[in-house]
Amino acid sequence: MTDKTEPILRVQHLSTSFKTDRGLVTAVDDVCFEVMAGETLGIVGESGCGKTVTSKSVMRLLPEHITRYGKQSKILYKDFDILAAGEGEMRNVRGDKIAMIFQEPMTALNPVFTIGWQINEALKYHTKLNKRERRDRAVEMLRLVEIPNPEQRIKEYPHQLSGGMRQRVMIAIALCCEPDILIADEPTTALDVTIQAQILDLMNGLKEKFNTAIMLITHDLGVVATVCDRVMVMYAGRVIESGPVHDIFHNPQHPYTQALLGSIPKRGRKVQGAMLPTIPGIVPSLWELPDGCRFEARCPYTDAQRCVHEEPELAPGPDNRPVRCHYPIGSEKERPAKLTTGVTG
Amino acid sequence: MWAFIVRKLLYYIPVYLGIILILMGALRIKGDPAYAYLGKNATQQQLELLRQQMGLDDPFLIQYVKYLGKIATLDFEEESWAQDGRSVRDILIRSIPPSLSITVPTLFASVCISIVIALISAYFRGRAVDQILMVLAVLGMSISYLVYIIFGQFFGAGLPQIKGVYTPFAVKGYEPWMPLLSEGANPINWVTYCLLPVIIGVIVAMGYDTRFYRAVMVEESSRDYITTALAKGASKRKVMFVHMLKNAMIPIITRVMTTLPFLITGAILIEIYFIIPGMGFQLINAIRANDFPVVQGFVAVFAVIFIISVILTDVLYAIVDPRIRLS
Repeated sequence: MTDKTEPILRVQHLSTSFKTDRGLVTAVDDVCFEVMAGETLGIVGESGCGKTVTSKSVMRLLPEHITRYGKQSKILYKDFDILAAGEGEMRNVRGDKIAMIFQEPMTALNPVFTIGWQINEALKYHTKLNKRERRDRAVEMLRLVEIPNPEQRIKEYPHQLSGGMRQRVMIAIALCCEPDILIADEPTTALDVTIQAQILDLMNGLKEKFNTAIMLITHDLGVVATVCDRVMVMYAGRVIESGPVHDIFHNPQHPYTQALLGSIPKRGRKVQGAMLPTIPGIVPSLWELPDGCRFEARCPYTDAQRCVHEEPELAPGPDNRPVRCHYPIGSEKERPAKLTTGVTG
Repeated sequence: MWAFIVRKLLYYIPVYLGIILILMGALRIKGDPAYAYLGKNATQQQLELLRQQMGLDDPFLIQYVKYLGKIATLDFEEESWAQDGRSVRDILIRSIPPSLSITVPTLFASVCISIVIALISAYFRGRAVDQILMVLAVLGMSISYLVYIIFGQFFGAGLPQIKGVYTPFAVKGYEPWMPLLSEGANPINWVTYCLLPVIIGVIVAMGYDTRFYRAVMVEESSRDYITTALAKGASKRKVMFVHMLKNAMIPIITRVMTTLPFLITGAILIEIYFIIPGMGFQLINAIRANDFPVVQGFVAVFAVIFIISVILTDVLYAIVDPRIRLS
């Protein structure tokens, strides 16, 4: 089996900001995490939490002239310093060592080139295979992602394939050079539920086969529960909790994690008024971040004092996992009374 | 592919019939062609004789069908009313080479230059290079055609000439270049006559084109497949010139093809100011001189050119964009 103790990717104090007309806005703030070889790390959070920016920072795919990384930020692939690398060095990493698949299979493939051409392109950049071998490899990859009739399919164009098929092609492209890390940015969000399960199964199977670590970005906790080893929960550009998937699901320490778990529909669960619980309010704008805890406005447990004025540090909580909360759930500390001062709606 | 072309051709037949109907109607609404030809001193007898000769006394529908028959059999032998002894066909054929001499180089140069500038601009989107280029483009398109022509002719004539050997720009007139068709033709003279009108045409087209192509590139450059290509390890140059350009070709082809017919008719201003006996020039003169057969014949031919270029656009689409091939 795979050695899951060796970190293959280390992200240290990653802060990513963008230059805009209104000034610098920080989308990802002091994020640290590691990805072990062969493991699946889930990055969870609502839209606009900085999940995608984190993953694109790792690939250095953000528009360079408006993106600024923090001085202390460091992203290490093995010993290779990604943020300090030149564009030429990065090209050798992208697609070969670290590959990526995206949310929208309908638009992520180039509509005017054949499937075969698009797989071939990645192989051309990163392998020394000749034309014939590349073609064979493309066919083999399509077979691996369970696309029927691959010899025929490589001559077809993306529009001739269904969404699920296209996502399989994306996976084939991403894995054709056997990368160490696969970043999957909401890979199943745009697909039908039945197809979702198939794609996840496929990714899991191929992960074992190629010993690829997966960084799975999603807002779907159901997906996380099925495939991830560890989970990192993000909120408004910050990591607020992380840990093994089992612990996160059974002992959430942060009120946000708890609320996220609470909003998963469950079979047989009787909900009063038959309404699915939701988290009131929205993620705060990156322009108007509060001084205190970023979740304070929506938190059911706010003390309206410390929570408002002082941002909690990411520190080990009662479950001995990092959590960013003054009053983590399950702690000895007395939690303030439930004051639902939060915004509703 | 051939079935596709034939289907398109059939589809445009009723459109063409409509165009000819409107054309013939409009020419007759304008006034009595026979009167226009003979002038105010003509007697009633002369008028009627001419009408009879020209078939103008037939009911409109008969005239319409007769004329369609002439178009179908490519019979443009009718004699011009303004240019004695020359048939419509003769005038038409002679006016095509001068027109093409101006419009083909203009189109080719302006499209190539505009695409390159647009690529540079899109690559440096939002930065100084892009902003300077776009200011120049807006400036270029904001200045009237006439200003370019007047200044071009003024400075073109004033340029120092290499004594007796070579004049870089001629500011008026035209000379054919193909020795086979016209004796004593000199290609160097031809270039001299064409250069200035072509340069002006390119400058005028570039302002609009660059902005349009840049918008296309910018739109394409924000598509998801660009990120996918970069994530595969493709270089920025490769992404721009392979991934993006092939997608951008679809709107670019539309643009180029829709300007094609206007290149033939739309060079009217240039042809008039530079006295180039092209199709636009001939058409305007025929309209002015009430040269009824020439106007009718020219418009009938222009309509065909227009329809062919529309069909050509569809065919090129199908070649560039695989999604169109199926449907």
